[in-house]
Amino acid sequence: MRRLKVFKSLVMDSLDTITHGSKRYHIWMAALTFIMLVGMYCYTIQLDQGLSVTGMTDRVSWGLYISNFTFLVGVAAAAVMLVLPTYILKDIDFKQAVLIGEGLAVAALIMCLAFVIADMGGPSVLWHMIPGIGVFNFPSSMLTWDVLVLNGYLFINITIPFYILFRHYQGKEAKSNVYIPGAFLSVFWAVGIHLVTAFLYQGLQARPFWNNALLGPRFLASAFAAGPALIILVLAIIRTYTAFKVEDKTIKKIAMVVTVAAQINLIMLVSELFKEFYAPTHHSESAYYLFFGLHGKDALLPWIWTAIPLNVLATVLLTFHKLRNNFKVLFFSCFILFIAIWIEKGFGLIVPGFIPGPYGKIAEYLPTKIEVGVTLGIWALGAFVFTILAKTAIGIELGKLRYKKKK
Amino acid sequence: MSSKNKTWFSLNLGRKEKESSKSCGCGKTSGGCGSSSNSQHISNEDFDEAVIAAIGDERQKDGFDQVFDVKMDRRTAFKKLTASLAIGAGAVSTSCSMLSGDESKEKAQIDWEEQFKGNYKLMTDDEKNATVNRLVRSYQLRTGKNLNMSSKNAEDNVLFGYAFNISKCQGYMDCVSACVEENNQDRSSQMQYIRIHEMKDGKGFNFNEADDNYYHEVPAEGHFYMGTQCFHCDNPPCVDVCPVQATWREDDGLVVVDYDWCVGCRYCMAACPYDGRRFNWSKPEVPEADINKNQHYLGNRMRKKGVMEKCTFCVQRSRAGKNPACVEACPTGARIFGNLLDPNSTIRWVLENKKVFRLKEDLGTEPKFWYFMD
Repeated sequence: MRRLKVFKSLVMDSLDTITHGSKRYHIWMAALTFIMLVGMYCYTIQLDQGLSVTGMTDRVSWGLYISNFTFLVGVAAAAVMLVLPTYILKDIDFKQAVLIGEGLAVAALIMCLAFVIADMGGPSVLWHMIPGIGVFNFPSSMLTWDVLVLNGYLFINITIPFYILFRHYQGKEAKSNVYIPGAFLSVFWAVGIHLVTAFLYQGLQARPFWNNALLGPRFLASAFAAGPALIILVLAIIRTYTAFKVEDKTIKKIAMVVTVAAQINLIMLVSELFKEFYAPTHHSESAYYLFFGLHGKDALLPWIWTAIPLNVLATVLLTFHKLRNNFKVLFFSCFILFIAIWIEKGFGLIVPGFIPGPYGKIAEYLPTKIEVGVTLGIWALGAFVFTILAKTAIGIELGKLRYKKKK
Repeated sequence: MSSKNKTWFSLNLGRKEKESSKSCGCGKTSGGCGSSSNSQHISNEDFDEAVIAAIGDERQKDGFDQVFDVKMDRRTAFKKLTASLAIGAGAVSTSCSMLSGDESKEKAQIDWEEQFKGNYKLMTDDEKNATVNRLVRSYQLRTGKNLNMSSKNAEDNVLFGYAFNISKCQGYMDCVSACVEENNQDRSSQMQYIRIHEMKDGKGFNFNEADDNYYHEVPAEGHFYMGTQCFHCDNPPCVDVCPVQATWREDDGLVVVDYDWCVGCRYCMAACPYDGRRFNWSKPEVPEADINKNQHYLGNRMRKKGVMEKCTFCVQRSRAGKNPACVEACPTGARIFGNLLDPNSTIRWVLENKKVFRLKEDLGTEPKFWYFMD
């Protein structure tokens, strides 16, 4: 009973926190709300007319939505790179960042689920997929695995920070024997969500571009580069605009993680390129299309040739200690690395899987305005959710939000 | 059953044979009809009994009943009751409204039952009949016209196969238009199950340089023609990947879709190596006068937007002992269809006497669609 009372008070306090803030904060939230509304409007058009309002066709049947979904699973999985050192290796330097990382994971997962739903042809019959009520084709379909691991990961990433914040809210220490098992589980789970998502594509013998044993490991490497890169950027913003202290040491350690992951990612990219272009087979055509275009069709060239130089530049910049320890260079590298991997893992991975088609047909794909609108709306939703979570968490961690401490 | 009776060469790429013991009490292959999920709510001792009881029940149950009419503890029961009450209230308010007439009430009732019916694959014959009757009645209420819809199951000792004579095909595309008319495909997006690839002589089977969208007089000189469609694989990748078992392989070898159960994720489309699947990107439109009213639930009945569909070897015709529309329409006799288990069928003669081959055999999909030349 008492817990319920505390919980009620926490909800009230956090509502109070998230509705009050500086002018800049209000403008930020209003802008996000506006983008979300535009996205919702675009989605209603899509619901009304069907997926024909998107650029997808029978030839390229997954596009921007699934690209973003794939990328964001990686961002969500990246929280593990902070959870592992903080909770299990007891590295005190990460303590400040871990709650932010977990909040980011929650926001990313919500965006993932939203993207999947946006991609569905029949969202009204999604209950067919709920185990027990519908028919859940487990374990045969990798998509059912993905449903399980994503929702499980979301659950873990909500409960652990919630428990810790709930204790801190009451001015108590969080008991480590309560949350350590969960943290431990989440480490394996994070690897799981990204491998399972890779298997979704990797298991299709029909698409040689995806049917490649390196896909899963490369997903992990790029995720552990892009995710923590985003966390660094978010931490930089938070420590500039709030009283929340994030030490330089923490950011430098996360930068180390980003660097190693980016280097491994680059090695895997080289290995992939070598395999596709040293002795090209019939199965290399998708890669040819992606990097050089096929038969004059080259819609993806500007994308991939933006991504590759950015990726290489960021990795090189990060590799040198002097450059990496200069925060201006670090933030710049993280930003371009994030963009590069978003292109490479999203557009650059999903679309060429369908081109050329099973019988060599090359039909190109470009997202429509409505598709872009829905996508932006979902990204705004993610930013909105994250801002709310982070603001409450920071309030509690700074001691501003305390049970029975009325100003 | 197919694997035992198989009479053609098969590349066994180390894939495990799907055992029939996987089939569940609802009479169809592979699990997931809900019977196994009951286990979590009951104690271990009762498990075996309850499973038998539950599976037995499901033989007579439809839709939600497949799940709801099972043994469960109080907490689960309460949870499910609350959920159904909330949904039910909505239904009651529509179907009992004082303002609407009998017909609209019936319509609402049908829509309600259709929205929450179960997966066709797991239905008993009675339930299949019931849903077909609802669909026919619904069409009657909406348009005032009758249609004839079948729910005929696969017959014993039938396994459909198809052969395509590359020497004979001249690219007339009569099969394509016959297919569109027979199967009520969306006219506005010009959906076609069959693609005819025009290939250059002397280049072999070079699909990359082939044209599957030509608009000139055929046969064009220096070209030959090759048709593709769903190959009704014996080991279909599309079936494995479907998250809700909305697509499956029937006992007579047809790979079918339950349009009402499909959630439209298009994973099957990505998994198909033969470009055999089509998606309804918008609401399919067929002029009322052109609708083929001789329908099958798994075949050419009207689809809705946001679901998959595909060639079913014209299940409404083939299960009635007729050839698919494409076979009947072909002016050159390039298309041969029949029962692979009947030793006297033409298709068996072709397989035994011609040098036949299949596309992308290395993928282990085991298509039941062969090509041959005179």
